[in-house]
Amino acid sequence: MSNPERQGTTADDSPFEVRSDIEITETERWMQWADRTLLAPLRIAADDWRTVLGSAIIGSYILMGTLGVLLVEPTEQNDGEDLVGPFQTAEFPLGTNGVGEDIFAKIVHATPEVLLMSLTGATVAVLLAIVVGVTAGYVGGTTDRVLSTLIDSQIAIPGLPLVILLAIFLEPSNPFVIGIILSIDGWPGLARSLRSEVLSVKKTNYVEAARIMGDTRPRIMLTDVLPNLLPFIGINFMNTARNIIFAAVGLYFIGALPYSLQNWGIMLNKAYNSTALFVPEAFHWLFFPMLAIILYSAGLVLIAQGTDRLFNPRIRARHAETVEESPDETA
Amino acid sequence: MRYYAERTLQAFVTIFIVVTVTFVMIRLIPGGPMDFMRAQLMQQAQGQGGGTTDMARINELVEAYTNVQPDKPMWRQYIDYLNALLHLDLGTSVWYDREVASILASAIPWTVFVLSISLLINFTLGIGLGALMAYFEGSRFDVGSTLFAIVSTSVPYYVVAILLVYVFGYRLGWFPTGGRIPSDVEVGLTVEFVTGALYHAALPVLSLVTGFAGLAISMRANSISVLGEDYIRVARLRGIRTRNIALKHVVRNAILPIWTQLLISIGFLFGGSIILEQIFKYHGVGYFMYQAIQSRDYPLMMGGFLVITVAVVISVYVADLSYGKIDPRVTVGDEE
Repeated sequence: MSNPERQGTTADDSPFEVRSDIEITETERWMQWADRTLLAPLRIAADDWRTVLGSAIIGSYILMGTLGVLLVEPTEQNDGEDLVGPFQTAEFPLGTNGVGEDIFAKIVHATPEVLLMSLTGATVAVLLAIVVGVTAGYVGGTTDRVLSTLIDSQIAIPGLPLVILLAIFLEPSNPFVIGIILSIDGWPGLARSLRSEVLSVKKTNYVEAARIMGDTRPRIMLTDVLPNLLPFIGINFMNTARNIIFAAVGLYFIGALPYSLQNWGIMLNKAYNSTALFVPEAFHWLFFPMLAIILYSAGLVLIAQGTDRLFNPRIRARHAETVEESPDETA
Repeated sequence: MRYYAERTLQAFVTIFIVVTVTFVMIRLIPGGPMDFMRAQLMQQAQGQGGGTTDMARINELVEAYTNVQPDKPMWRQYIDYLNALLHLDLGTSVWYDREVASILASAIPWTVFVLSISLLINFTLGIGLGALMAYFEGSRFDVGSTLFAIVSTSVPYYVVAILLVYVFGYRLGWFPTGGRIPSDVEVGLTVEFVTGALYHAALPVLSLVTGFAGLAISMRANSISVLGEDYIRVARLRGIRTRNIALKHVVRNAILPIWTQLLISIGFLFGGSIILEQIFKYHGVGYFMYQAIQSRDYPLMMGGFLVITVAVVISVYVADLSYGKIDPRVTVGDEE
């Protein structure tokens, strides 16, 4: 903190009325806040090759889903000859499929839906997990028992079959709706670990202090408990986004979701159900959608792995410029 | 004791919730199974050129297939539904025209067979590799294994499955591309049967086993944080042998958080069998559920869902009980 030494107190000053001699403006306070909560994590992240590589991968997918869609023309049947091999013509860099569609263009045009789906699904799942998990852990008692029963039941209900049934009955075609349905599978595990994290944060001195000072429960949860869980939540956001995309592509692959959207899973399904398994010349038709999924999830996994260190408040403090280093920590 | 009672109650609550959810899905979703089947049967009847379709006859058929009598009050239907389930009556499959319960009863052992082998291999490899990585933290072995883990957690199991069946099934022909046992082998406790079953299960198991790398990463992190605990230092000061510290103090405490992952992966594996068994044409519960999805065979679909869920609930229940054994704290009723 920026209050290294107290001014000497005069006789008529009560020691509790002493003000810090360093004036700090509102803007400076915000700058400090931004430095510690936003920039420090970014600095640590930039230090780690995994985060850098992961962000580069996800960044290129975002470019592909926004600019790429504008630049690459959508493809139709018989755009080229059937089953042109990859890396042979500049017109079809990844070759064509069994009906003469450009595989590269199909992958690019599926990207926006995939991004929307995984973003929506992960957001909904993580928010739900935070609300249920943090409440259960912090409030305790009967609330905890009821919510824990709910979490445990949801963990024991296999997510994929439930999602398949819902997908078949509701026939969703909007990527947001699909994301929300898929989030059913993602929240209970995270809620359970958040609950136990909260239980351990709850016992720390500063939470107890806040409670004694008479802070209300929602205030303590928002200002003292939740910020400590943010890195953990962030990592899990990436992992949930990956799981959602695994599930979505899997569902398209087995044909449980309606074929109204462009999706890598639909490409897989079409390739798998035609000749791609039996004819070596058609293998690229199956391979490139797979590669698109693998690279995308690798990007998410890399970011999650790289940001693991944010969990450690010591590393964070070392990277925040507004935190003064004590001599023994500078090593 | 209270812990075991609570777990048992939990299992029943879960099954009750699932049964209610399936009831609601069958009954209340507009355009759901009932309407769909009615339309399906009407089309069939018209296709056979019967001229006028007999609505009463069709309603009767729908009732026979699904065990649902739509004109009864809702609570009555619900009771009937629960009662039928208690008698293992899951209705009749439209596609196979056989009782759903008998189709699934012959399929579930195979799914459990494949999944339990995969789970066992996954956890042995994951815990072993994770502990080694933590022990050699920062070494080239650790960095290499971490890289491998990142790559392998990025590949979904069904992609592994497709690649395996493509390479080892269709291209090289080393492994079968479908089926549960060789066609010329009788079911029974013979060497041919057991080796045949293992041979057919090899590729499905292998595609699930790649999941161990994710476990290794968590095991590594847990072990490293346990290594920093005071009680490890105390154990060393007391002169306990390194091997004993590693096994009794480090591994045992590092495994605890992994148990939650075990619970989650049970549900994940059973659910995933729908995609996996279709790729390998492996006739387990997942395969029939896939067939039911393809042909919109609702009784079989709902039955498959119920059977998969009950299997998961039982497995999670067993895992929960064994958690009480490895972490005695939970059984003494420590609320925190």
